[in-house]
Formats: sequence, C-alpha cells, structure tokens
Amino acid sequence: MSPISRGFHGRRREPAEQSSRVPPGQYVTQDFPVLSAGPTPRTALDNWSFSIRQSGNTSKSWTWSELQDLPVEDVTADIHCVTRWSKLDTRWRAVSVDTLLAQVEHNARYVLAFCDGGYTTNLPLADVTAGQAWVAFDYDGEPLAPEHGGPARLLVPHLYFWKSAKWVRGLELLDKDEPGFWETYGYNMYGDPWREQRYAGD
Amino acid sequence: MAGTAVRGRLTWQVSAVTALIDETASVKTIELQAPDWAGHLAGQHLDVRLTAEDGYRAERSYSIASAPGEPVALTVERLEDGEVSPYLTEELRPGDDLEIRGPVGGYFVWDGDDSVTPLMLIAGGSGVVPLRSILRHRSNLRSTVPVRLLYSARSLADVIYRDELDQEGAGVEVIYTLTRQQPQGWTGHRGRVDKSMLSEVAWPPDQQAIAYVCGPTPFVETVASSLVGLGYPAQRVKTERFGGIGGS
Repeated sequence: MSPISRGFHGRRREPAEQSSRVPPGQYVTQDFPVLSAGPTPRTALDNWSFSIRQSGNTSKSWTWSELQDLPVEDVTADIHCVTRWSKLDTRWRAVSVDTLLAQVEHNARYVLAFCDGGYTTNLPLADVTAGQAWVAFDYDGEPLAPEHGGPARLLVPHLYFWKSAKWVRGLELLDKDEPGFWETYGYNMYGDPWREQRYAGD
Repeated sequence: MAGTAVRGRLTWQVSAVTALIDETASVKTIELQAPDWAGHLAGQHLDVRLTAEDGYRAERSYSIASAPGEPVALTVERLEDGEVSPYLTEELRPGDDLEIRGPVGGYFVWDGDDSVTPLMLIAGGSGVVPLRSILRHRSNLRSTVPVRLLYSARSLADVIYRDELDQEGAGVEVIYTLTRQQPQGWTGHRGRVDKSMLSEVAWPPDQQAIAYVCGPTPFVETVASSLVGLGYPAQRVKTERFGGIGGS
C-alpha cells in the first residue's frame, strides 16, 4: 500500500477517451523523445542491408532498394516508452516482418534484433508475426531521422519501445530466448506495457 | 558489450526525506533515508512514485546523485510544465515519505576500476547529476584515475554542485562553459559545446578515455557525434539523455 504523498494532487489526468489507450504509469506526450546508450550511427543507404540469420549464417538479405520494393504498409500505432512517455497515433511506412519471414524457412521461437552500433533486443517470434511488427523507414511522412533510428527501425508497438530497435539491420532466429542489450542491464525480457513489465522480474 | 547483469525483482520501498539542499534557484538535492536500499552503482537512476489522496499516481526516473555506499540522494531540476519535479522541489519537506524503486540501469555506470583509462565526463545542465556520483565515488575510493569534467551551464549561478566541484582535488579538471551569461572578466569557455571545444578540452583519442555524456537530447547528439568525429570509438561513448520527455 503506497503512502499518500502529502500535498500531491497531480494534474496530468488523461482525457477519458485517451485513458483506455494509455498503459499504467505512462503519460501522453506530443514530443518524440530520444533515448539511446551511445552515439547515433550513420550508415549510408548504399551500404545498408537487412538480414535474417540462423545459426550464424545469413538465410536471406535485402539491400535498401530491395526492401523498398517489398509491399509497404501504412501503420498507425500508439507507442509506449519504458521511461513513461506514450505517444498516440504515430504514423509509419514500413514492411511487415511477416513479409520478410515468409521468404525464409525456419522453426524459430525467438528472435534477436541486431543493429548498427551493437544494440540488440530479444522478442518471441509470436510477437513479431501476425501483423504485429514491421521494419519502418518513414515517420509522419518523412524519412526516419537518424536520432529516431533511421534509416530503419523495428516497430513493435504492443511492447515497450526499446523493443522497437533503432538502426535495425536484421533478425537472428533462435530456438531459445536470449537477453539483448537493455535486457542484460536489468530491463524486462518481454516488456508488456499493459502489465508494466519494465524491469527484470516485473 | 559485457555488463553487470541486474537480476531480481525491484520492489517499491518507502524512504524518508532527511534533508533538502538548495543547489541553484531551480535545483534541489533531496537526501533520503532508505532502509531497504540494496546499494547502487555510480551513474544509475531510480524511479520515484507519488500518490495523491484519490489514488492518482505519477512516476518518474531520476539519476542518483550520491556515490555508492552513501545515503541515496537525488538532485532534481524544477521544470515549469512538470508534474513531479515541482512537487519534489517545492512541496517536499524533511520527514516526508517518498516511494522509490531501484537502482535501474547498468550501462551508464563507472564501476570504480582505476586500472583503466581516463574519464571524460561531459554534462549539459542537470546532466551533471550522475557524473557527480561518479566523481564522488572516485574520491571515496581514493582512485587516481584522471578525470576531466566539461560542464555546460547557462550561467555560473546555474552551476550545480559548484562548491564541491571547485574543491575537487588532484587528478580532476573541471572545465565550465557558460552558454548565456558570463561574469565580468570570465576567461573560461563560453557558448555551447561543439567539436572545436571538444578538440581542445577532451582527452585525445589515443588516451583511450571513456566518455560519459549526459544532458538534453540535442546536447548529447552534438557531443557524442563530435567525439566520434574526433576519433573516439562509438563504444567508448556512453550517453544518457533527458529533457523533451513531456515535462518531468
């Protein structure tokens, strides 16, 4: 039972029409904050590719232009950062992870997204399939800015936003769950905002 | 990227406010007595939770200002449009309860290993808070690792921990840059941190320094990319950002 904070009244109540869309402990922001552990990597599109790997081998990879030639979807989603901001109705152009995985034979149960700069994050396969995850390259009608993960980032809006890895370069398909970068430093292996799975053990 | 795994569930605990210290006109340090605190590393942060009488809650993260082994302390800047920081800096009194949870984050930390290379600490505004934990830890350990702190503040009156920083001993160089207002006769740096200032102030890349950069996002973006441009390997530039997150 939490003690009452003497003299605290709070003022940032969400309007009723929003509150059902805002997970516990979050507040709505109009900004698009930036969080990352190191410098922003910058990879020229000519040198960019997206790969799907299994057992250390590349099963399939796409150049930037090959990725653009795949079916592109317009995605509108609410996003929720573990640092407590949520942003509603964000608009992206993206290729579905389903489209990419359809070109690879596999029996994987988990994926580890890997990125420029060495960042990784882990997700169950069931959370990046069935129309729940994308490789996104446009945000709000513009090419995705480098500080927000451009040229391309993973977009998995139903999990905390650190799972939507910036500067993504591919997915490694795995039989077993392996912690990624923030997961190694005490953040939750799964990260469901509706269950407030911020840290290990939540 | 090897790291210290932090495992086990973090639970909310009730701490007691023991002291509030004015740092600047808009910044206070809050010292806490936290009987269930399991300790922290220099550079980590914690979560604060406020609960109103009607059950409404607000949570925010703050960097820990004290060194490992010292009582938990936070240093909080009041944001005009904030919900939690005005409460912490204006309403909170010694003796009040404050719910906290942590420590959180294991990457932006210095573990006290002075067998390694120099530290390049770069702060924008209240981004100095986790770096102060690192400096105090170094001092408590009597570490001899060489440190430079480049601290960007609007004016001298906005410098947090100024007395403490001015008393740092051998091996610690504190370099201020004042962006908006300089006192008469100021001979130090002025203006925002950029690549040319860093080329003058930062350890040369061949010193293999580790950089810790904390501040608002545009500050961190500029500093981190400038360090990489000067030859710092990206994995030796650790960043922590705040600001623009809707007002804490």
